[in-house]
Amino acid sequence: MLEALGERLGAIFQRLGSRGTLTESDVNDVAREVRIALLEADVNLSVAKEFVAAIKEQAVGAEVLASLTPAQSVIKIVHDELVTLMGGAQARLQFADAPPTVYMMVGLQGSGKTTHSGKLALRLKEQGRRTLLVAADVYRPAAIAQLQTLGKQIDLPVYAEESNDPVAIARSGVAEARRLGIPTVIVDTAGRLQIDDNLMGELEQIKAAVKPTEILFVADAMTGQEATAVAKVFNERLGITGIILTKMDGDARGGAALSIYKITGAPIKFVGVGEKLSAMEPFYPDRLASRILGMGDVLTLIEKTQNLYSAEQAKDLEAKFRKNEFTLDDFLNQLRTVRKMGSMTDILKMIPGMSKALPKDFEIDEKDIGRVEAIICSMSRLERRRPDVLNASRRRRIAMGSGTHVSDVNKLVKNFEQSKAMMKQLGGGKRPKMPSMPGLGGR
Amino acid sequence: MSWLAKLKGALGRSRESVAGIETLAQARRPLDRAFWDEFEEILISADFGVPTTEKILDGLKIVAGQEFWGRSDQAVKRFKEDVRKFLTLPGGALALRSRPAVILVVGVNGSGKTTTIGKLGRLLSAQGKRVMFVAADTFRAAAAEQLAVWAERSGSEFVRGREASDPSSVVFDGLAQAKARNVDVVIIDTAGRLQTKTNLMEELKKMRRIIERETGAPPAETLLVVDGTTGQNAISQAKLFNEATALTGVVVTKLDSTAKGGVLVAIVDTLIVPIKFIGLGEGIDELRPFDPAAFIDALFEPATATA
Repeated sequence: MLEALGERLGAIFQRLGSRGTLTESDVNDVAREVRIALLEADVNLSVAKEFVAAIKEQAVGAEVLASLTPAQSVIKIVHDELVTLMGGAQARLQFADAPPTVYMMVGLQGSGKTTHSGKLALRLKEQGRRTLLVAADVYRPAAIAQLQTLGKQIDLPVYAEESNDPVAIARSGVAEARRLGIPTVIVDTAGRLQIDDNLMGELEQIKAAVKPTEILFVADAMTGQEATAVAKVFNERLGITGIILTKMDGDARGGAALSIYKITGAPIKFVGVGEKLSAMEPFYPDRLASRILGMGDVLTLIEKTQNLYSAEQAKDLEAKFRKNEFTLDDFLNQLRTVRKMGSMTDILKMIPGMSKALPKDFEIDEKDIGRVEAIICSMSRLERRRPDVLNASRRRRIAMGSGTHVSDVNKLVKNFEQSKAMMKQLGGGKRPKMPSMPGLGGR
Repeated sequence: MSWLAKLKGALGRSRESVAGIETLAQARRPLDRAFWDEFEEILISADFGVPTTEKILDGLKIVAGQEFWGRSDQAVKRFKEDVRKFLTLPGGALALRSRPAVILVVGVNGSGKTTTIGKLGRLLSAQGKRVMFVAADTFRAAAAEQLAVWAERSGSEFVRGREASDPSSVVFDGLAQAKARNVDVVIIDTAGRLQTKTNLMEELKKMRRIIERETGAPPAETLLVVDGTTGQNAISQAKLFNEATALTGVVVTKLDSTAKGGVLVAIVDTLIVPIKFIGLGEGIDELRPFDPAAFIDALFEPATATA
């Protein structure tokens, strides 16, 4: 993700932080470092230059707010400018006035169009909208089979034909959706180079045939300086309406995110953050800017949690905490709920300060979580409610049943008891929103 | 069309951006601050990256001082020579002496692993080798089907496992089959993975261990497939994949589009592992052995030379 840029800026500002005022040579230092950081993050050179110029102008004459140190003031300026650069407010998906709404997915080979067709369809399904997926990639071997498999996984229909005419397939697909009364169509097109005139022309024909509500440009977050040039041509030929930035769960600094919007004027609507089909999030420029500057991404975390816990569930859980009746069963439920939010590592990294505190390559082995799950599932109802009955022979049985070792069982039980004791100490007044998770130490 | 011509044509875009270097040279400008700044921008725009660019330019400036260069063409000439030398590493050809020789192909999602394997199969079959593809990407939907199509196109044998099964077990089965069917080369396709996912990198290490156990040696080749349009993240890819699987070579794909060459230099600078092949398109024959001299020539020839 873009944390690396945050670290880089953080180092500069730490150096400034010890001093009271910001001299002009300080500003030049900052400008130089910001420029290098942006370039290392693959921000397009011309965009980086423009950005740095804007920062410098504002920083030199900046009013230092009473509540802020000069370094904080500069961070704020950089932050605000980043938000502006990435498109201000969050851009929502457009829907057609008269159904079906048609989304056309376009981009270079390997950017993630097919996977994100599936992710987008799943997201819409969760909002109660059915989608017909249309397999218009007739070039890449097994691209159609891939979309069909994804369709099966998320239980949505896929329109495919034996034909090798993507324009006809797209047109028939939309007609099929209309016939079946399916409100949304996602047309998955083949990856192509922006300099391939024939294939770009084909996209223009598909556009003319299906009149898409949105043309979504799927871009790999790891793309280099060329990202803007590619996006520019796609935009000029097709008029893209939005961008999906993929593979943002790696360590790509994602400079593409900073520049594509700037070059095309099309907002980034979603970011792909993992291999699971649920791993796609709306793009929030302000949150990302905060994240770049190492301020964490609490808003995303809160929203994720809200989606998963109903109000009653939360209340129920809270009561249990207060009365200290939280059992291993509850813990198991909680664990499964949190898992739905995505990888534990990603969740931890959203907590402010965590991205800095965690080692760079920190990763929770999802298998550890599976192990905890297996251990609890191997317990009887009584054991889950009252772990104090767990004697040596029970523990041996559980270890055998879950394919773990007695030491794993011991560790889980011990951690669980400790967390319970801690909750008790916190007392009735304080209500921990996110209970701690026994048994899950990082490696 | 000769492949050099094709390469030149494919690198049209790169040349456009680096063509500025020619302009710089031909201008026979003085080696002033403006010249170096412009040079720096050109390299950065070509995805050379800040550290590599600084390294190159600092070196040039020192030599310029020592040898009393006065004009830009001297600096540009030396730059081309240096980069060419730098990219010329021993071990560019595939080393497939063992039998069956195992080629493990790794890379991030969407870099072009499966397509590259298809082309590689064709290349080796044409040399009279019996090739087998092993579909150890059990994660991505229809990945095995995609590889099956390439196996058929390239005349290679094909082994797959169940979807969602442990890729190492597929590797194990594949190697057993390879011995039974007496093939010369086994090419293993792995699922795309981001290099920062520790558990997935562990999975690669495990596959490597299985290969070592079953054949008595590490893979003859472990090739990292890098998307040619990738920016500075390619360096992290090279580093972390190398840590997990000890790379023997790199394949840079999609160079028919946007190849700016800079990424190659940065990778070699980081790893000192040779670039073995470049991919120039979706056709089965569009995989070429990497030739640093031809690559640099194509990169720096004036844009008007080819259409």
